[in-house]
Amino acid sequence: MDRFNSERSSHHILGYRQLAAVLAGLLLLTGVTVGVSYIHMGFFNIPVALLIACTKVTLVLLFFMHLKYEETIIKLSFIGTVIVLVTLIGFTFWDVAFR
Amino acid sequence: MNREIDTTGIKIGMWIFLYSEIILFGGLFVLYAVYLHRYPQFFSEGGKELDRIIGTLNTVILLVSSFTVASSVTAVQRGEKKKCAALLLFSILCGFGFLVNKYFEWGAKIDHGIYPNSERLVNGEPGENIFFGLYYLITGLHGLHVIVGIVLLCLSLVLLLTGRVTAQRFTMLDNSGLYWHLVDLIWIFVFPLFYLVL
Repeated sequence: MDRFNSERSSHHILGYRQLAAVLAGLLLLTGVTVGVSYIHMGFFNIPVALLIACTKVTLVLLFFMHLKYEETIIKLSFIGTVIVLVTLIGFTFWDVAFR
Repeated sequence: MNREIDTTGIKIGMWIFLYSEIILFGGLFVLYAVYLHRYPQFFSEGGKELDRIIGTLNTVILLVSSFTVASSVTAVQRGEKKKCAALLLFSILCGFGFLVNKYFEWGAKIDHGIYPNSERLVNGEPGENIFFGLYYLITGLHGLHVIVGIVLLCLSLVLLLTGRVTAQRFTMLDNSGLYWHLVDLIWIFVFPLFYLVL
C-alpha cells in the first residue's frame, strides 16, 4: 500500500506553460519540415524529414505522453519496442535494397 | 472496504496496447519504405497530387488537440474541473475538424478518379496505384484511430462531468489522452512521408 501512495505523491504534474512551450516547438518543427520539403536535395529529403519527425515524436512522447516522468519499466519497455521496430524496418529494407 | 487501485499496472497495460499499435503501423511503414525504394518517381508524383494545405492544417489541428488533451490531464490533477471539461470539448471538436478535412480531401481525390480499384489506378502505372493504395490504407486506418480517440475522449468527458473522473482517480482520462497522443505520433510520420515526399 505504501508503494501505491508513494507513487501517487510523486506523480509529476506538468504546468500549462511547459506544455505550451512543447506545442510551440512542435508547430515550429512542422513549419521547418514544410519549408525543407521545398528545397530539393534528392534522396536526402527523406532522411531530413524523418529526422524532424523523430524530434517531434520525441517531444510528444516525453512531455505530452509523460514518458520522461514514468517509471523505469515503462521507459525500458518503450525502448524495447523501438528496437523491435527498427529491426523490423531496418532488416526488411536492407534485404530489399541490396537484393 | 479500502480497495487499492494499481495505477501503475493500469498504465503498463495501456502502454503494452500502444506498443502493439506502433508495431501495426510500423508494418505498414515497411511497405511504404520498400515501395518508395522501388517506385521513387511515382511516389514523388503522387505526393504532389495530395493537398499540402489540408495536410498541414490537419497536422496543426492534431498538435493543438494533443496539447489541449495534455493540459486537460494537468487540469484534472489540479482539481480544475470546468477547465478540464472545456479543454476536452475543444479537443473533441479538433478531432471532428480533422475528419471533416479528411472528408473533403478524400472526396476531391475520388472525384479525380483516384480511389482503390478505380479505372485510372488499375489501368495506370503500378507505382501510382501502390502509392495511392498505401495512402488510402494508412490514412484510412489512422482515420479510424481518430474516430476511436474521439469516442474515448467523449467517454472521459462524460465520466468527468458525472464525477467519476476526479483529481484522485483520472486513469480513464490519462489513458484516453495517451491514445490520442498516439494518433498524433502516427500522423507526424504520415504527414512528411505522403504529403511532402521529394
